[in-house]
Amino acid sequence: MKKVKYKLILGLLTLSFFSCDLDETQEVVTKNNLVWSDEFDQDGAPNPENWKFDIGDGTEQGIPGWGNNELQFYTDRPENAKVENGVLVITARQETFQGNNYTSARLTTQGLFEKEYGRFEARIKLPFGKGYWPAFWLLGVPKTINVDGEQVLEEWPAVGEIDIMEYLGDEPTTVFGTLHGPNFSGAESISKDFSLENDRFDEDFHVFGIEWSPNRVNYYVDDVLYHSLTPEDVDEETDGEGEWVFNDRPFYIILNVAIGGNLPGNPTPETEFPQRMIVDYVRVYE
Amino acid sequence: MIHKLTNSIRWIGLAGLFAMVAISCEREVSDDAVLATFPNTAEVYTDNPVGLTDQFFESFNPAEGYNPEAFDTDDTEAYLGSSSIRLDIPAPNDPDGGFVGGVFSDRGEGRDLSGYDALTFWIKASRTAVFDEVGFGTTFTGERFATKRFGVPLSTQWRKIIIPIPDPSKLTQESGLFSFITGSESTGGVGFTIWIDEIKFESLGTLGQYRPAILDGDDITQEGFLEVPFQLSGLTQTVNSESGEDITVLASPSYFNFETSNSEVATINETGLVSVVGIGEVEITASIGNDVAAGSLTLNVDGGFNFAPGPTRPAEDVVSLFSDAYDDIPVSRYNSFFEPFQTTLGGVVQVGPESIIRYTDLNFVGIVFNDVTFPAEAVQPVNATGLTHLHLDINVQEELQPGDQIKLELTNYGATETVGSFTITTDDLVSDDWASFDIPLSDFSGLTDRNRIGLLLFNSEVGANNPTISTIFLDNIYFYTE
Repeated sequence: MKKVKYKLILGLLTLSFFSCDLDETQEVVTKNNLVWSDEFDQDGAPNPENWKFDIGDGTEQGIPGWGNNELQFYTDRPENAKVENGVLVITARQETFQGNNYTSARLTTQGLFEKEYGRFEARIKLPFGKGYWPAFWLLGVPKTINVDGEQVLEEWPAVGEIDIMEYLGDEPTTVFGTLHGPNFSGAESISKDFSLENDRFDEDFHVFGIEWSPNRVNYYVDDVLYHSLTPEDVDEETDGEGEWVFNDRPFYIILNVAIGGNLPGNPTPETEFPQRMIVDYVRVYE
Repeated sequence: MIHKLTNSIRWIGLAGLFAMVAISCEREVSDDAVLATFPNTAEVYTDNPVGLTDQFFESFNPAEGYNPEAFDTDDTEAYLGSSSIRLDIPAPNDPDGGFVGGVFSDRGEGRDLSGYDALTFWIKASRTAVFDEVGFGTTFTGERFATKRFGVPLSTQWRKIIIPIPDPSKLTQESGLFSFITGSESTGGVGFTIWIDEIKFESLGTLGQYRPAILDGDDITQEGFLEVPFQLSGLTQTVNSESGEDITVLASPSYFNFETSNSEVATINETGLVSVVGIGEVEITASIGNDVAAGSLTLNVDGGFNFAPGPTRPAEDVVSLFSDAYDDIPVSRYNSFFEPFQTTLGGVVQVGPESIIRYTDLNFVGIVFNDVTFPAEAVQPVNATGLTHLHLDINVQEELQPGDQIKLELTNYGATETVGSFTITTDDLVSDDWASFDIPLSDFSGLTDRNRIGLLLFNSEVGANNPTISTIFLDNIYFYTE
């Protein structure tokens, strides 16, 4: 009995929060219960209970250049990723390595922390210069499906992708948040820019996050909500072709710094190396 | 009349009282040690000059070729509002002056610009071209905090130009609000029109990645000499803008904090002048605010520089090619760079307040002072018919070997070219010290005419492709009458 009462009260409270934050155009879900985080307080390699490395240039994964003609080779060396002084440092370097001219790192929580819905946020300081393409993003866990009587794993973009923060080093005041799914992926993905008026992303830390609930993904930078997407938006953007794949599976977190390729263009001689993406924390709330 | 006078005297009396009251008030305020501050007006030119001197545009010296007629305002063109500044860039041969340049100065005692991070303006031109030099911090009384951007590309559409302030905290009382120099070099001498509008200081917030540099970012190591000062150059500030573009400006030394690793060897002042005061090694570095500048100067000081003996002949007896003691005649090249066989590098080098000639990789090299060899650089040859000797000082910067020599050749560009030569042998030279020569022109065998001497050649080869002495200093090269 008691339990039921408590739940009821909580439900009411939640309701009242909703009504407070409701406005004409978007619905804000406030999630404040921390369920997972890495504060990067232990110097050394990133905590293996939270993170594993994607290694290579994508060839082994069947997507050379990681599907975008990117130039870097990802390693798990401390030269490319380490925790020190309370932050995670991902360093992109210009060096010959395994036939590539750049090295960097890509960390994921795949198989270690995968979750559906919640507030995912990170506090990050970014590098600058043409060719840098850092990101904080989520990929959906593939399900086993039946194709012509054969059990196979889903592939991208069927699994869904939520890009919480992407940034190009030659646009140091702008980030963008994006959803990819079936019939709205790659160049056809649904994306929105956010630009700082009197500040940059490479001089100080900024907080990048999403609040993800059934049928909604809200994007924010610091305390500014700038993008809100629902199945209706996907329908509208794709003439009904797109499929909302964000209600039926957990997603895992990826942090990486890519160099060059289709989206940012390749570095120029003026691009400074090495440079770092510095992550103060990654937190997930419910 | 009388009444009026009385009235005005009374009025003055009252004013005097007010002034006294005001002064006593100020005294009390000053006890709180409030620093004087200056207005922080951002605008320089909108539709009118804002708070500028009555002259508004003050041209640089017309006697030096600056064309004061090229500046005007234009009520038919504007990026914003109703008026803009118009520059009619002249052709190089314009009788009023071949280029335009000047300053806009604050009409008061200067402005506090420390709250801004850039000077910005909008600009367009009647054709694509280049705006040669633009910035702020320059006045007719000095350029302590001068900041200059070079080679700004112009298009036929309005574009916003940003001149970052290298360190805003320094600009608490700046009078030089806008300055520029530009001509028609970028258009091959064809005149064109530039419009400038909305000149103002702004706090953009979108500038970042401040990267100052000295010596253009190079780490330079060289010999230093007691009491021979070294002027740091190549002082820049590079800033990344909102568009991802790096903007580099030349920044005056006063923006920098200079540091010496050993003040008993060298000190450095606010103007970037290094004074060498002791024996040892010293590194000079710099920073702007918290940003360490790229580039450094390391000096190894063993002692003083061994200058050549000072000439004593009266100037009226001398025709000087190269000497700090005399006014040199026009010379087209101190290193001929004769192609394709000359290997010799080097030329005039500054050693503190004086200069010498330093040649390295010597095989042969000429000092060229005629109107034949390089017609584009023609100068008058020397009529040496009334002159008797050639003087020069040579300091060989290596061990001397038997058989080493430097053959001097003088060429006379008369109706026919005649060449005379004189060979200095190893016995007459000194390693690492100066040897002085006074050679009678009559000793240059084969020099039959002397009315148009225009080339002095130094040749260390003994036979073809066999150079002997490689590195030399030269000084005090002059003809004279005994």
